Amino acid sequence: MKILVSIKQVPSRDSQLRVDPGGRWIQENDLTFEINEPDAFALEEALRLKEKHGGEVVALCAGPARASQTIREALAKGADRAIHIEEENLPAFDTLGVAKLLAKAAETEKPDLILTGLQSDDLGYGQTGVVMAELLGLPHGTIIMAVEKIDSGIRVKRELEDGWFQNVEMPLPAVLTIQSGINKLRYATLMGIKKAKTKEVKRLTAAELGVAAAPTASIERVYLPLRTKQTQLIEGSAKEAAAKLVEKLRFEVRVI
Amino acid sequence: MSGVLVVMQRSGDQWHRMSWETLAAGQQLAAQIGQTVSAAVVGQAGELVGKKLDRIFAVDHPLLATYTADGFTAALEQLIRKISPSIVLFPHTYQVRDFAPKLATRFNQVLVSDAVGFRVEGGAPIFVRQLFQGKLNADVKLGGAEPHFASIQAGAFRADQVEAGSPQVEAFAPELSADIIRARPQEPFRESARAVDLTSADIIVSVGRGIKEKDNIPIVEELAKALGAELAASRPICDSGWLPMERQVGSSGQTVSPKMYLAVGISGAIQHLVGMKGAKTIVAINKDANAPIFEVADYGIVGDLFEVVPALVEEIKKAKG
Repeated sequence: MKILVSIKQVPSRDSQLRVDPGGRWIQENDLTFEINEPDAFALEEALRLKEKHGGEVVALCAGPARASQTIREALAKGADRAIHIEEENLPAFDTLGVAKLLAKAAETEKPDLILTGLQSDDLGYGQTGVVMAELLGLPHGTIIMAVEKIDSGIRVKRELEDGWFQNVEMPLPAVLTIQSGINKLRYATLMGIKKAKTKEVKRLTAAELGVAAAPTASIERVYLPLRTKQTQLIEGSAKEAAAKLVEKLRFEVRVI
Repeated sequence: MSGVLVVMQRSGDQWHRMSWETLAAGQQLAAQIGQTVSAAVVGQAGELVGKKLDRIFAVDHPLLATYTADGFTAALEQLIRKISPSIVLFPHTYQVRDFAPKLATRFNQVLVSDAVGFRVEGGAPIFVRQLFQGKLNADVKLGGAEPHFASIQAGAFRADQVEAGSPQVEAFAPELSADIIRARPQEPFRESARAVDLTSADIIVSVGRGIKEKDNIPIVEELAKALGAELAASRPICDSGWLPMERQVGSSGQTVSPKMYLAVGISGAIQHLVGMKGAKTIVAINKDANAPIFEVADYGIVGDLFEVVPALVEEIKKAKG
């Protein structure tokens, strides 16, 4: 099975975010970056499917030059090769524009299966996979918690709300958006890191793919959310704060 | 193109509660941009007939009896092309996440997903969305040819603000053929009977990523014990197998409204907040003062949980004597 995994590089989870002077995005110069967490689970699922059924795993990533670090990590974990759509000004493309870039690159690869995370930890639109499927004319499944190969294609376990699930069968090729927690992530081995250096990374640009930035949805302003609720912040050392909180729990909340 | 179209969600007799919140949003948006608001539903119009709407479109076709992205997208695409609304609103449910981006793509548009609000400037709406799991907000403007598409976050609008009226119901029968539907969905199921019912707990102590590793879980277990509370967790903790799935609070777990919810090391991504923001009192302990959990907390301690929680256990024991 040839599996394409679409991954994104995002600011590290613990980043202290500051709005940039232009007010339309965050200051990126002092941030560290990592693979978008749901995409890490998508990559892991692809590697497991390959181990079971054979084939190839190709990592696909649209991002600036710094994204090559995340691509190397995917190769070190076991992806066979990668495609880097190198674009410094990705914010000029909206979600649809980025999905067009990814779909164009996917088209020439003709994979049996495309996997990606269900959403990104930065923009959180949660639709790149679904839009890619529509652009490529493929069926899709979202918020997937299990993937099984069957004679007629695949059977996937979709997460519904409130603890419900549903099995869905569909033909291949197909696109799946993977939920965090579907599997256990592996670490890259030393051997894997060594091998990654020799693996192929194909570089493409938006111009080569014939996709121009023509956003319909644009971010006008980024800002800290206004607090709607007045939180009583309890100060002091851990011991002092704990004592003060217990006072509140006894006499205001009345749960002690 | 004119008019707001709200796409409601129901399965069988059951409305998805977020549909009514989105209907309230749609009525408010329509009033502010001086347009009419209509509603569409796959299935029966039901209680919609008592709401203030221009028209109700009851979409019906045998191939829509079971939800599929292919079927719903094709049916709603036909309806939207027929009535030409300027904007289409959806509740941001799992089902909507499955098909609405596909539908918007057919109109060369982006679904502005999970919006928490809007304001109107120059007759056009600007939607507010959260970025970075709620750490920042963004104003998003829609361009390109109408219709535009947006989905509304759970709890962003109040269902009890839906205005009453007596609209016309129109049946809409899309033209669908069985061969467009590629997925074969089976009956929904629940994994196992829930042994833990968090919904009846008076006090809940809930733990998140801040706990760092499985071996640290006893620290919060102690706190739950001292308070006589049920122990719960955010999704990543259950994903990692540190606590069983049945203790998960949030959109994919249980929805709780206890007397007190004490969140330890939980940043407060929206998927978690929707499951607990109905608690009477919310207390948060987190090292990041900008964590979104403090948006909903009544009391907060910004600090290291590994120092604060043991101190808290000690103080509770003292108070209880």
